[in-house]
Amino acid sequence: MTTMTGTPAVTGAVGTAHTRVEGVAKVTGAARYAGEIPYAELAHGWLVLSTVARGRIRSVGADAVLAMPGVLSVLHHGNAPRVDTDYVGLLGKPDPTLAVFQNDQVPYLGWPVALVVAETSEQAREAAEALVVEYDEEPHDIAFAAGRDGTYTPEDSAVEKGDVEAELAASAVVLDAEYTTPEEHHTMLEPHAAMARWEDGRLEVVDSNQGTMWVANELAKLFSLDPASVRVRSEHVGGGFGSKGIRAHQVCAVMAATALQRPVRVVLTRRQMFSLTGYRSPTAQRVRLGADADGRLRAFAHEAQNLTSTVHEFVEPSANVGRAMYASDAHHSVNRVVRLDVPTPTFMRAPGEAPGSFAMECALDELAEKCGVDPIALRVRNEPDAGPVSGLPFSSRNLLACFDEGARRFGWADRDPRPGVRREGRWLLGTGVAAASFPSGAGPSTAAVTAEADGTFTVRINAADIGTGARTALTQIAADALQVETGRVRTRIADSDFGPAWIAGGSMGTRSWAWAVTAAAKDLREQLALGGTVPPEGITVRSDTSEALATLAQKERYSFGAQFAEAAVDVTTGEVRVRRMLGIFAAGRIVNPLTARSQLIGGMTWGLSMALHEEAVRDAASGGHVGADLAGYHVAANADVPLIEADWVEDADADDPVGIKGVGEIGIVGAAAAIANAVWHATGVRHRHLPIRPDRVLLGGAVAPAGAEGPDA
Amino acid sequence: MAPSTSSAITLHVNGEKYTLPVDHRTTLLDALRERLDLTGTKKGCDQGQCGACTVLLDGRRAVSCLQLAVAAEGREITTIEGVADGDQLHPVQQAFVDLDGYQCGYCTPGQICSALAVIEEHAAGWPSAVTDDVRPEAGPPPLTADEIRERMSGNLCRCGAYVSIVQAVARAAGVEAAV
Repeated sequence: MTTMTGTPAVTGAVGTAHTRVEGVAKVTGAARYAGEIPYAELAHGWLVLSTVARGRIRSVGADAVLAMPGVLSVLHHGNAPRVDTDYVGLLGKPDPTLAVFQNDQVPYLGWPVALVVAETSEQAREAAEALVVEYDEEPHDIAFAAGRDGTYTPEDSAVEKGDVEAELAASAVVLDAEYTTPEEHHTMLEPHAAMARWEDGRLEVVDSNQGTMWVANELAKLFSLDPASVRVRSEHVGGGFGSKGIRAHQVCAVMAATALQRPVRVVLTRRQMFSLTGYRSPTAQRVRLGADADGRLRAFAHEAQNLTSTVHEFVEPSANVGRAMYASDAHHSVNRVVRLDVPTPTFMRAPGEAPGSFAMECALDELAEKCGVDPIALRVRNEPDAGPVSGLPFSSRNLLACFDEGARRFGWADRDPRPGVRREGRWLLGTGVAAASFPSGAGPSTAAVTAEADGTFTVRINAADIGTGARTALTQIAADALQVETGRVRTRIADSDFGPAWIAGGSMGTRSWAWAVTAAAKDLREQLALGGTVPPEGITVRSDTSEALATLAQKERYSFGAQFAEAAVDVTTGEVRVRRMLGIFAAGRIVNPLTARSQLIGGMTWGLSMALHEEAVRDAASGGHVGADLAGYHVAANADVPLIEADWVEDADADDPVGIKGVGEIGIVGAAAAIANAVWHATGVRHRHLPIRPDRVLLGGAVAPAGAEGPDA
Repeated sequence: MAPSTSSAITLHVNGEKYTLPVDHRTTLLDALRERLDLTGTKKGCDQGQCGACTVLLDGRRAVSCLQLAVAAEGREITTIEGVADGDQLHPVQQAFVDLDGYQCGYCTPGQICSALAVIEEHAAGWPSAVTDDVRPEAGPPPLTADEIRERMSGNLCRCGAYVSIVQAVARAAGVEAAV
């Protein structure tokens, strides 16, 4: 037992670089991810996916497969337990894709039709591949194009201020351009994996997810269980990016563990991930800008379209990105959707902002060219005093400070604005710029902080560290609030038994959890300051941020940033190489400069990958992907990525106890536009379709995506 | 009589001998992860495209998902669990921690095993696709950032930690100032 009085106060952890608290575990292989924890009697489940894009299952040849060595069970729509999908979860109604084996309908290629469970993974895989499933196939339609038949405008997806058409007519300069972005996939390195078992009357799931309470609550609803009887843990997560919520693999594992009454692990294969774990929809966007001769905006119009599946609606809110960005007399923005015979898209790092900022920030660059105004000066000219649509004040808006600092460090002042004038051998060189923004939010969370008898502290919070560094940041935050060294604080996360907390999503995780940890830790410090001894079981203080968040004043709360890129374009091959990138961000108080910089640079790397490499291609004949793997779907490799620098300006959020805004997504926003604008500056050719492939460069940007040519293309 | 579909083999991993029966279909990766409980070697794609399962086979890097366990018998296998010297991290591991050469950590064991081999391959004078002068008498090229990027490109990192991975490899190779 230790007395807590008289201990010298230690602060200053927040804002100081701190290596990851789980770092040694990660570099020695000791960190165990979801599919890596051994269980006695563990059985292995292997999913079987549909090979047709639309139709009905006529038969499942389970008997032949059940006779194969080691096979324990074949679950399919004919024998699987019914689940309840009539509920509203954390992010809305469930996607029927996760409620596996409920009927004989096949709404897309790669839809789960059966789970084979066997003693070993080899036996399960062979049996799954041998399972004969017959279908009554129906014609499918996967052709995505703006305004095609079936396009509709979901409720609450349009915003209108003033008369856009009248302002466009009155404008001295008008830009009207269409942009497209392709289907993109999260492709985190760790495939989705879950182990489910029943233990002492409770359902236990060891999973890889972005929020254990989220997954636990959805499993409880699906299987009509008392939420307290479900425990989900997810200690280490090999990347998420929006894809790791409730998915088919957890539901299958629970079904099989229940049927067999033994632990069952289901791990998705890389190929299965392409149809089962969500993706970013392709987008087709039209941006119309009307301005006075000096570039002052009179009209801002952004119409965006994405696709979704026939079984679930997902709106990629690309057109929302301008609603807090630029002052204009009139504003119109709308997101439209069309339902096709494809899997359901989902949230992917900066949903809406990533594709939306590509269109909007390229359009701004085109307008700057038309007006003969420097692209940064154009943004300064249209900087709003308050929310351009809402009229609400900004909590803080330091976009121009980002441009100032970025321009100075990047050497923007020396730039010759004329395109196509810098040449180095076979390379044309150019530089480009774009703005970035991302909403800052917080979700209700609870935390518990315990003063242990040995003088250390334990933080328990149902956070998820999907590579963000949240575990380390929360350790620093708790240490400062307790006024002790970080070495005396251990942070335990990702266990639904710790109580409700917000998910690792929307760049809201660390801010939401830090609020709860700060509140509990401060209360605990005050209790300890009264003196006395800590009993053997410790002293625990809990917090809940629900009330504090409910009373937060309504403001436009955003992170901002300025993205700079230099591109080199090979005039002989059409290859684009990014030579350097610089991002300066105003993203709230930075808790851990080491890991925050990694997050920002990681986001910018995504922007580079989006600009030049990523494109999932569908085959019109089968309705499925061509090359659904990491050889067919290109993400940036090490040799594609130059020295990328990220830094920040002071921007603490005065309404947040720690001053945090969030850094998970802002790095990708605007990055692809900055590169596309640099490619224009290098070549004089606008590239409005991503990715900027060599063939598109060689053909002068004229190659539109295949889907836009219609179903017969 | 049906042909045998399994064999007892002996694997030499991190200086230890393990004798185990394996299904002939079992990859070295699955043998390590599911049979020997050496889960530090990661499965990212199971088809040789991501590099997460990189181990050292007789000192050279190899993707363990494309090796059958039965074919690895008799070879010296080093996995991430065998890189540190007890509690003392290898300089490559220490550099990844200090410079934040990772985020989620899932590609990290493969990155580190590759980095170990990159440093050896470079010292042995192996050229890469970006080496200007590939004549044997030219000797090892300077280990520049571009050389490290090229040589580390068999290991994907979706978190986007390449910038600090390059810095970590350079520090461990003693060329930090050069990149």
